[in-house]
Amino acid sequence: MFQALANPQRFMDFSRWAAPLVGIIAVILIAIGLWLTFTVPEDYQQGDTVRMMFIHVPAAYMAMFCYACLGGASFMGLVFRHSLADAAGRACAPLGAGFTFLALVTGSLWGRPMWGTWWVWDARMTSVLVLFLLYIGYMALQAAIDDEVKAARAASILALVGLINLPIIKFSVDWWNTLHQPASVFRAGGPTMPPAYLWPLAIMAIGYMALFGSLWMVRVRSEVWRKRANGLALQAAG
Amino acid sequence: MSGFWVMLRREMAMAWGRGGGPLLALTFFVATATLLPLAVGASPARLAAVAPGSAWLALALASLLSLERLFERDYEDGTLDLLALGPVPLEAVAFAKGLAQWLTNGAPLALAAPVVAVALGAELRLVPLIFISALIGGLGLAFTGGIGAALSLGSKRGGVLIAVLVLPLFAPPVIFGAGAIEAFAGGLDWHPALGLLSAYGLAAAALGPFAMAAACRNALS
Repeated sequence: MFQALANPQRFMDFSRWAAPLVGIIAVILIAIGLWLTFTVPEDYQQGDTVRMMFIHVPAAYMAMFCYACLGGASFMGLVFRHSLADAAGRACAPLGAGFTFLALVTGSLWGRPMWGTWWVWDARMTSVLVLFLLYIGYMALQAAIDDEVKAARAASILALVGLINLPIIKFSVDWWNTLHQPASVFRAGGPTMPPAYLWPLAIMAIGYMALFGSLWMVRVRSEVWRKRANGLALQAAG
Repeated sequence: MSGFWVMLRREMAMAWGRGGGPLLALTFFVATATLLPLAVGASPARLAAVAPGSAWLALALASLLSLERLFERDYEDGTLDLLALGPVPLEAVAFAKGLAQWLTNGAPLALAAPVVAVALGAELRLVPLIFISALIGGLGLAFTGGIGAALSLGSKRGGVLIAVLVLPLFAPPVIFGAGAIEAFAGGLDWHPALGLLSAYGLAAAALGPFAMAAACRNALS
């Protein structure tokens, strides 16, 4: 499917209807998710602060998912040399950095009432902070090289090198004694959360993913337009 | 194969003089470590608690120093173009550069690390482990730093950009290197941390040259 979309014109035709549609799905799902967030019964231990989970956890999922997408786009760009893959990578990084920042901030706000501290340098939080720094490094490297194609290629190499961080984040709560709670959804033996919490979490997660998909398509479209505009400007100049 | 050894000898000769050589890195290491007591106060108990870890931190920062010139000189005078086309694969050239960086920069820093740590208040019995962890960790730092140096070839920012790219990747060696020393100091088992440190260094040495060569080819294209 990605090979079919690699053609810029086909991607533009596809995303013209797909981006708004996925965006509307995102708005609906997040609206439902937020309504459920505020109406689920409170947790017997955490009280009302458990509602933060429905905002924090999907953001953390997306932080890692976006980096995986960035890695995929980088791989496609390096191997197949699609200009659209380079555009996808450049478009994806700020979104991923945004989700990571959201996860860090909401996690900190949740940690204050729960753990009594805004921040702790345990394995998971440090590795997510490292993920945030990797996003920033990716964007900094692209900005620092003038030639766009070279910049995209160098940043793709960096993104692939940083992919090692994803399994470290996922398994950090298993490998180390951390303050952050261990896996309760994606673990061997199935989720340990009751369905009343699992459903809003799933709805918010899919809503966030749809939001990312829609914004990503919009950003890639604007990258394509920007390059076309640059090409036209060069033509007009000489 | 003989081409590789020629490259390695060349790189080591260049590394002695590059960026001030190991002397500059050592001075930077000592200077950074000197700032620590000024920052946290000279109370011996508190300093001794953070001495091994902060020696490791200063080691990581000092390793960054000569990275900028790792590829820069060859890139600027056209040698890198010739190396890319020559009989020795660019990956082997990159491996030679990383190895030379470790031997000429990392090894002297590893020798200085126990001295600095003891000066900051670490116990003498930690000295062998500090030296070994700094030496092994230096391998990972050299090759990961080399990746950053190759990626920022032809960019406008050079040194600071390399630091931004490479410091997140320095996190595992710092965690495991300092962690091994902390474990030993606390009487716990230090083998796992040292094993993971070695694994990171070896993986960086094995896989780093491919990333470095790809980045060099990109900069030359």
